[in-house]
Amino acid sequence: MLKDLFNKKKKYATVPSDKIKQDVPEGIMTKCPGCKSIIYTKELEKSHKVCVKCGYHHQMSAPERLKNTLDQGSFRELDAEMISENPLSFPGYVERLEKDQKKSSLNEAVVTGEGTIDGYRTAIAVMDARFRMGSMGSVVGEKITRAIEHAHKEKIPFIIFTASGGARMQEGVLSLMQMAKSSVALKRFSNDGGLFISIMTHPTTGGVSASFASVGDFNFAEPKALIGFAGRRIIEQTIREDLPEDFQTAEFLLHHGQLDRVIHRADMKKTLSQVLMIHGNRGEK
Amino acid sequence: MGQRLDFERPLQELEDKIKELHAFMEEKKVDLTDEVSRLEKRLSKMEGEIYENLTAWNRVQLARHPERPTTSDYIDRIFDDFLELHGDRLFGDDEAIVGGIATFEGNPVTVIGHQRGKDTKENLRRNFGMPHPEGYRKALRLMKQAEKFQRPVIFLLDTKGAFPGKAAEERGQSEAIARNLIEMAGLTVPIICIVIGEGASGGALAIGVGNHVHMLENSWYSVISPEGAAALLWKDSSLAQQAADTMKITAPDLKELNVIDEIIPEVKGGAHRNVEEQANAIQSALSKSLEELTQLTKEELVDHRYEKYRNIGQYTFVTDTIGLK
Repeated sequence: MLKDLFNKKKKYATVPSDKIKQDVPEGIMTKCPGCKSIIYTKELEKSHKVCVKCGYHHQMSAPERLKNTLDQGSFRELDAEMISENPLSFPGYVERLEKDQKKSSLNEAVVTGEGTIDGYRTAIAVMDARFRMGSMGSVVGEKITRAIEHAHKEKIPFIIFTASGGARMQEGVLSLMQMAKSSVALKRFSNDGGLFISIMTHPTTGGVSASFASVGDFNFAEPKALIGFAGRRIIEQTIREDLPEDFQTAEFLLHHGQLDRVIHRADMKKTLSQVLMIHGNRGEK
Repeated sequence: MGQRLDFERPLQELEDKIKELHAFMEEKKVDLTDEVSRLEKRLSKMEGEIYENLTAWNRVQLARHPERPTTSDYIDRIFDDFLELHGDRLFGDDEAIVGGIATFEGNPVTVIGHQRGKDTKENLRRNFGMPHPEGYRKALRLMKQAEKFQRPVIFLLDTKGAFPGKAAEERGQSEAIARNLIEMAGLTVPIICIVIGEGASGGALAIGVGNHVHMLENSWYSVISPEGAAALLWKDSSLAQQAADTMKITAPDLKELNVIDEIIPEVKGGAHRNVEEQANAIQSALSKSLEELTQLTKEELVDHRYEKYRNIGQYTFVTDTIGLK
């Protein structure tokens, strides 16, 4: 069943240009948004979904990310059955959730649980941009908070892979308050010496970038990932000037001192393992 | 009386008519007191009808009223011995946020708030109350100072959002907001936050994690402005009035959603109608909150804040819905 997830047609909802829309046979081939070449999907999957020609990091689903990060068979999911309500009775929200549930085979925009990385136990949360742009409403906030609390209770590290357009509009102020909710849990965890590693992947913006994503003990990101508070278009409209090409990329943030490292996907597990090893007293091998 | 909003026009017309009658009575020495008192009764009834049935959009309009009192107006009236302090010690001084030390009913406090300008010139200086990272980092510096000297911190929220600009992104707008959320979560002194005007998104929340959060009756607080919501959700910012309703952004909405503690009543017609009276209402809400919160120990204050935010949100479980709904 898990395998079925990986063979699905990949959707690149956040890619803005019409030029790079998928116009190749479904599933078998994938067009790289980075260099426009046509790649065998199977080849792409073998290389952590990184284009071998140009190094473009194709978007990963949460199940793919977990498979790519954790030791095989070590993942134990938490709160999988938690789903959103419609607290504001927002028109069309329920239908949109159902559509994304079908599309992604997920109940919500984050998958949380526990697993091991080279034998080191860790709590983990992985956001999935295929589901409502990875946006954070009550469920995403609650699941992440519970994952932090799980890490706290078990005295293990907490790792998050973020991929989110920010707070979920359809839950209004409740979405905004999830930023505060995850923060109070992180503060408690941190005060007791908890290790928190944040890995920002494409895209990490708005309320997610302005809460847990930016306050890891370690802030990492994938190459070229879009990371920022405000949207590029809004900024351009506000300041009435063109922004540099690399504005709000991982490399831009690294240059401006906001990240510890930009890490190629092929090196991600190795690097996480290294950090966990150095903090070895926290996880039990 | 100040500048009137569109939905107040019928009141304006009636008031003008009453004024005319008064003038006429003076001039012609005729007695029209019956007519005047009839109109005055009608005016007061109409005022009741209008101000007791404000739509969400009407409240947004009041929150944005050009004469609406700002943070400084309230600081002047509610606190004594205010000494403004500047700068984040890292980059600069952001005038979109003001902060300093003061006394409140004789006790030392730190007070910090978003600061809009009253005219174009001041708005340019204060960036329309939209902070850059250094504004949030100034707030952080001042709240840590308050913690060191164990005095409560009072935040006044009034912003259209954190500034969306190139420099703000370069200097880590996200990190500045995120850092404040974390540090406010752990602060060992009482934190009281009051939304006095507009409370837009992370830019408001960045000084909004408190033990008590209150809202003025005609303020609004949400994840995005009504215009932003309309543009994002319906690709049409002219649907802002509808978005104001749908997004549930008013004080009564937030009370219902358990996000805020108290609604501070406003002067009839809005806070700008009588700043002194409004300041008094805020002062008594603050006084009540402080009395309650100063009873708590450092640990209890942090736990209190934890419990408050830990329980915000609505969700359900797949297994619950099967068979039950």
